[in-house]
Amino acid sequence: MPQSADKVLDHAPLFQQPEYKEMLAQKKINFECGHPDEMVKEIGDWTKSWEYREKNLAREALTVNPAKACQPLGAVFASQGYEATMPFVHGSQGCVAYYRSHLSRHFKEPSSCVSSSMTEDAAVFGGLINMVDGLANTKALYDPKMIAVSTTCMAEVIGDDLNSFILQAKEKGSVDTDFDVPHAHTPAFVGSHVDGYDNMQKGILSHFWDKAERVEGAGLNIIPGFDGFAVGNNREIKRMLDEMGVDFTFLSDVSDVYDTPSDGEFRMYSGGTKLEDARSALNAKATISLQEWCTPKTMEYIAGKGQETAALHYPMGIQATDEFLMKVSALTGKAIPDSLKLERGRLVDALADSQAHLHGKTYAIYGDPDFVYAMARFVMEMGGEPVHCLATNGGKKWAKQMEELLASSPFGKQGQVWAGKDLWHMRSLLDTEPVDMLIGNSYGKYLERDTGTPLIRLMFPIFDRHHHHRFPTMGYQGALNVLVKLLDTVFDKLDDDTIIPGETDYSYDLTR
Amino acid sequence: MAKDHASGPDDYESLIEEVLEAYPEKAKKRRAKHLTVSKPSEDAPDATTGIASKCDTQKSNIKSIPGVMTIRGCAYAGSKGVVWGPVKDMVHISHGPVGCGQYSWSQRRNYYIGKTGIDSFVTMQFTTDFQEKDIVFGGDKKLAKTIDEINELFPLSNGVTIQSECPIGLIGDDIEAVAKQKKKESGKTMVPVRCEGFRGVSQSLGHHIANDAVRDWVFEQDESEAVKAYEPGPYDVNVIGDYNIGGDAWASRILLEEMGLNVVGNWSGDATLAEIERAPKAKLNLIHCYRSMNYICRYMEEKYGIGWMEYNFFGPTQIAASLRAIAKNFDETIQENAEKVIAKYQPLVDEVIAKFRPRLEGKSVMLYVGGLRPRHVVTAYDDLGMVIAGTGYEFGHNDDYKRTGHYVKDGTLIYDDVTGYELEKFIEKIRPDLVGSGIKEKYPVQKMGIPFRQMHSWDYSGPYHGYDGFAIFARDMDLAINNPVWGMYDAPWDAPETGPAIAAE
Repeated sequence: MPQSADKVLDHAPLFQQPEYKEMLAQKKINFECGHPDEMVKEIGDWTKSWEYREKNLAREALTVNPAKACQPLGAVFASQGYEATMPFVHGSQGCVAYYRSHLSRHFKEPSSCVSSSMTEDAAVFGGLINMVDGLANTKALYDPKMIAVSTTCMAEVIGDDLNSFILQAKEKGSVDTDFDVPHAHTPAFVGSHVDGYDNMQKGILSHFWDKAERVEGAGLNIIPGFDGFAVGNNREIKRMLDEMGVDFTFLSDVSDVYDTPSDGEFRMYSGGTKLEDARSALNAKATISLQEWCTPKTMEYIAGKGQETAALHYPMGIQATDEFLMKVSALTGKAIPDSLKLERGRLVDALADSQAHLHGKTYAIYGDPDFVYAMARFVMEMGGEPVHCLATNGGKKWAKQMEELLASSPFGKQGQVWAGKDLWHMRSLLDTEPVDMLIGNSYGKYLERDTGTPLIRLMFPIFDRHHHHRFPTMGYQGALNVLVKLLDTVFDKLDDDTIIPGETDYSYDLTR
Repeated sequence: MAKDHASGPDDYESLIEEVLEAYPEKAKKRRAKHLTVSKPSEDAPDATTGIASKCDTQKSNIKSIPGVMTIRGCAYAGSKGVVWGPVKDMVHISHGPVGCGQYSWSQRRNYYIGKTGIDSFVTMQFTTDFQEKDIVFGGDKKLAKTIDEINELFPLSNGVTIQSECPIGLIGDDIEAVAKQKKKESGKTMVPVRCEGFRGVSQSLGHHIANDAVRDWVFEQDESEAVKAYEPGPYDVNVIGDYNIGGDAWASRILLEEMGLNVVGNWSGDATLAEIERAPKAKLNLIHCYRSMNYICRYMEEKYGIGWMEYNFFGPTQIAASLRAIAKNFDETIQENAEKVIAKYQPLVDEVIAKFRPRLEGKSVMLYVGGLRPRHVVTAYDDLGMVIAGTGYEFGHNDDYKRTGHYVKDGTLIYDDVTGYELEKFIEKIRPDLVGSGIKEKYPVQKMGIPFRQMHSWDYSGPYHGYDGFAIFARDMDLAINNPVWGMYDAPWDAPETGPAIAAE
């Protein structure tokens, strides 16, 4: 009997005990009716071949292990970044259970969101009653300052009209007529979570701005975009802007929502963009989006209101941070202070110290479009070579941007761009054209297992490592964090490869 | 952090009233029907637990109220996430937009042995990734092509299930026709499942629909080679409703095999299609998760004459009682073996209880889980000297609440389809020593300074079934409750009673 109270065996060692191995072997032989081992091996080898890769890349209908989620997730995330705002998703309730779980598993934090709980009768008659009752219940129970409404695909398919429903609900007294209920249609069958983020941001801003008159001021708006590292990154961006003395407003800031203290009190709401600030953000001189592909419609709307706009690709790495600061400086007239120049110098110093270990290293990178762009760019700054750049939710325009980026550096020569492809495609790519490191999210661990490529987790969602999102990846400080992650991966691999005593450990160097 | 405790049944009744005050009138009326305190019962006490209470006085299995933050999921989650998803040698297509499959990808911890992507597919996300044109023009052609591509790229898959997401039923697709066609062409099992998320009121209808799909698209088809080749024996049983979360089904199987039984099929954790197909050849169905798979057991009883019985492998008291009850269906050899198995593990049980019970004695627990565990784990806590202050089901039916009366004493707070608001208020007032619920509840509860264990996923631990699992369960409850972090919530300079430090004597 393997188990004991003294040393409790967890699942991993427990099922490696002889009793269990024998039991599972017998199960396989007697009951499973599986394919012969040789056949499994043969097919396994075939899936690693160029022939399989060609068939795999020729897929037209099937998606396997995509690196994207659906629109409402992004809408919920964007809503949560506003002061005391409850995201309200109109449609089936299971969806909301999924968004909340997904966000909590990444941030290790509460994630509040409600559903209008539509069922079969609502599918037939529409969800008006659900909206009327739902808004009243949400307001009464959770006392939000704003309820931000988005939709699941069910409500979209049956064609529920949010604007009309919300007006009717207000007429029926669900909430006061002047209570803030912005909305956005977020069909799950169009785009991905980054588009849901965009639609909700536009919905919230147009709610506050449509009927207001703009009086141009000197302020600057920042839209961070959908970012799993928002807790660390938003704070880092704000710190840099404070260093510059810029008057700024973050439009959707989840950094306090997804980082509340443990002191005995559960805070359903914490921090976020003040509604008053969101309203007056119309008067800002300009708005910078930190992620172009999270904000195309929002930025178009803002530009239409007369503001200057600039859209970046996730300011991570040296040049991307330089550009961010210079753009802020150009738009606000504030100089970049020496303190930030000093940080930049320290980052360059760190890169110079470690350059030998990263020069010529090859990478596969996947994730949201702006992240992949930034990561590939930063990799090239370190002398690395992006080989596969993949965004399941990247389109043709993104692919063109990526190709231009790769063409701009000798380190981008062997880079290939895979727009709209998934992680089963990536498996074929890694099998046929291997790289030194894979950069992505937790789902990448299956690729690490199947192809032996070390995985670095820098993209949402990260379920199987804790707290990385609390540290920034943007800005010079963030770049330092990213640099250390890459280096640790290189050094860990080097140590793993040289750890056999008397055989490989001549290279098990104390100093590297 | 001294807080008010609502300790007795009277307080619970007034607590319910207090919590309901926050609702608008219409919602208050509806919610009042879901909250109660278990009452004394005239029934004979349960033979194993010695308990009889009445827990079924409130409503269950009805629609959630909009806007209240129900914790429930949907029919798709019940079918793909629970019943079908763990069947390892089939490909389960999340048919519709990308999200449902993405959020449920690898989250149930249904352990299995196999080469993922080659002959096993559990921890993968297959989807038709619906786009606008599929909604407008229908998705049947895309589905057909998807299945063709699966058969080409995953030739060792033994079949496909089509897990419908919301749009499928709304746009009038005929997935059954596609399934029939593809079965004809490929010879492989094809299972269309109408588990659109808007159907029913929770995961529960998804379980039922998934059970019906087993009946219609596996049982009522031509006999497969696997079935033809199987020689039934007198000790053949199926384990039904064990999803092998963290290895639960393995820690259970080992006991049944030690008793001399053959587990022909384990539904559905670590299962192959053959294990599903052959189930009607067994002598007895042993059902663990009654809520999600009682339907197919009733069908097998009616159609094939196979009896079924519920059992409970959480905690030594229930395990021993279950082993004996199972053995009663077989001959004396099996009955003697059951006693031997119980005796063999008794020293482990004694050690575990000796080590952990003193650390957990008298601690109070509030549970809020799915359709089985709100009652099934109660005796395991009792084995450790812990008491249940409140329990409730996300998607239980009246028969679940009836059964709960065999597990919890009268005076226990009962909450059905609890809302985020209610659960927070109940916990705040009762201040239990431990809460067992899901990921959405974990972090709010911990912020309040109350230890928490996820009781869907075993909080990434497990197994919790069987004797080997009980040791892990006991250890986990101890580490949750007795971690030093709970004592650090208050900054020392804020504590009013803090005087100057006094040196220890």
